[in-house]
Amino acid sequence: MVHPTVSDQPIIAARGLRKVFGSVVALDGVNLELRPGEFLTIFGPNGAGKTTLVRVLSTLTRPSAGTLTILGVDIPKGSHAVRSQIGFISHQALLYPNLTARENLAFYGVLYGVPNLCERVTELLQQVDLAGFSDRTVKTFSHGMVQRLAIARALLHRPRILLLDEPYAGLDQHAARLLRGLLAGLRSPERAIIMTTHNIARGLELCDRMAIQVGGHIVHEAPAGGIDSTQFEELYLRFTAKG
Amino acid sequence: MISRALEGWSRGLAAAAAVLMVLAVLAVALYAPIEREQGLPQKIFYLHVPSAWVMFLAFFFVFIGSVRYLWKKDPAWDTFAYCCAELGVLFCTLVLATGPVWGKATWGAWWTWDPRLTLTLILWLIYSGYLILRASAASEEQAARFGAVLGIVGFADVPLIHFSVLWWRGMHPAPVIGLGGVQGGGLHPAMLYTLLLSLVAFTALFLSLLGLRIPLRRAEMEMRDVRRLSTFTQT
Amino acid sequence: MKFLLTTGAIVRKDILLEFRTKELLVSMLLFALLILVILNFALGTGSAPAEGALPGVLWVTFTFAGVLGLNRSFLTEHESGGLHGMVLAPVDCEAIYLGKMLANFIFMGVAEAIVLPIFAVLFNFPILGRLPALLMVLALGNLGFTAVGTLLSAMAASSRMREVLLPIILFPTAIPVIVGAVNVTGRVLAGEPLAHSVPWLKLLGAYDTIFLVVAILVFGYVIEE
Repeated sequence: MVHPTVSDQPIIAARGLRKVFGSVVALDGVNLELRPGEFLTIFGPNGAGKTTLVRVLSTLTRPSAGTLTILGVDIPKGSHAVRSQIGFISHQALLYPNLTARENLAFYGVLYGVPNLCERVTELLQQVDLAGFSDRTVKTFSHGMVQRLAIARALLHRPRILLLDEPYAGLDQHAARLLRGLLAGLRSPERAIIMTTHNIARGLELCDRMAIQVGGHIVHEAPAGGIDSTQFEELYLRFTAKG
Repeated sequence: MISRALEGWSRGLAAAAAVLMVLAVLAVALYAPIEREQGLPQKIFYLHVPSAWVMFLAFFFVFIGSVRYLWKKDPAWDTFAYCCAELGVLFCTLVLATGPVWGKATWGAWWTWDPRLTLTLILWLIYSGYLILRASAASEEQAARFGAVLGIVGFADVPLIHFSVLWWRGMHPAPVIGLGGVQGGGLHPAMLYTLLLSLVAFTALFLSLLGLRIPLRRAEMEMRDVRRLSTFTQT
Repeated sequence: MKFLLTTGAIVRKDILLEFRTKELLVSMLLFALLILVILNFALGTGSAPAEGALPGVLWVTFTFAGVLGLNRSFLTEHESGGLHGMVLAPVDCEAIYLGKMLANFIFMGVAEAIVLPIFAVLFNFPILGRLPALLMVLALGNLGFTAVGTLLSAMAASSRMREVLLPIILFPTAIPVIVGAVNVTGRVLAGEPLAHSVPWLKLLGAYDTIFLVVAILVFGYVIEE
């Protein structure tokens, strides 16, 4: 997949990231670099630490050790400064079920200091194909719709970094196709995207680079360059068999 | 670092505490005069007051440990705070046990909502809450963080609780050595010396217990982690 | 400016949510009414509780219903992940605290405003003449309770014990507020001018100030991992 030339400076630079819960080592020395314009997909079995990694990169969780620099800022010291540039989609929707789609976006819009909020909300609702449902409460939404609204929420402030934790989980074909379209449209020379997933086909579709995470570290990382699903599956099984 | 020092001296401290406690007991039994109005039961005073002193010291340490933990995120300070809280609740219980006994013996009532005892009871509730909060936290890290917050809030509350229960009884601050039961402005010198000896003995006891508890707690945490790690690798 | 906007947005969001579901206020009011009725039976033999017990009845009702409200406030955040959502945003955690605290203050205030006349009716107690002074005590007591309550309920909501933990850690800490508020309320209801209760008012004021400051300082540690 041809993409615009990327600049040299990494948007995210992580060295030796460790995250320990008690003595459960969720991340065991992760090194990662992400440049603007790149789309990285991280594959891995359950318990590999993918969610923890994404949470650390989102600044929601502090690392126990290691260095992390986002947009040139040291984390966790400068977490506050970079949050306006990060959009995060996690297992939790981070949406209020009893508010409408529009109200949810309007609320977060104020928190992120989004200018021209009203128009931006309308624009986003159209972009994620929820314009007809903007005044329905989120608890009436299907899982796919919630996911799309979560993406809208993550995009409100036009972040330069998008982190998606298993966005395809629980989506039916139709919703998944919509999501794929959305994600494809999000790629831009300034933006860097990281996605974690189990779904090999979906994961490979859009990425420039792919990585496999097992047992808390990245065991394999390579450009995606034309690898097909079956080849990748073999590769994946080879790496995860040891786990 | 305090706990390191404590551990290093713990054997020495324990020995000193033992000696001091024996001396204190002897002093209370033989040296301290029998108080005119209350008679023998008054001697609970030498157990009650030092316990209260140690209790306040312990909760003050919890406050210090809590502040330092939030500031530096150093788990050693959290262990320190936790162990001080445990011991604080222990000595608090001692105060609450000796107070009513003394009260019953002296003026026939187990509990009179005396401001100092009431304050002690409330502190017991707050710091027991501290222990429960930590026990029910979702993770060790959260337990330490939340504990630290409550450790700060609890101690900040002490002066406010003190004045509110004092005024509630319509009372005014009593002179310092006019401690519940001992009338007037001054203590007989023999009583004073015995009290001071008790205070020192109890403080030594507290510090030596602390020196023993901290490494024990650290070992407990490691055991828990090892157990968790082994179940983790099994799945 | 951003700070105020954030705080305002959080307050508005909570009020909007409450309008939508009405869960909070309805449960608080029903619970408060229930407590009033039970206390009436618990404290009086035959007719009505002694007049001296009335301020206590009022504040027991307020604080118990208040705990209910505080619990719900953070529980809804916890369920929807809203707290994470707010932490992820580039906002000061102090703004989050103040937003939640003000929302809680408003809800408790509304509940108090409804319970007070019911109390006056149930116990045949004239309060109209003393309303301004009463409202002042209510506000001071409410503020202290909510300031500490918001901080502690943020912790309780994240723990395994959830709602059960909040009363355990909040009530002992809030005793100075309860004692002070009951005392001043008693004097006000007895017709004394507020000037007589100045030391107590100072205590309440000190409590409110100290804990607002402490809460603002440490709230960040509660919500950030």
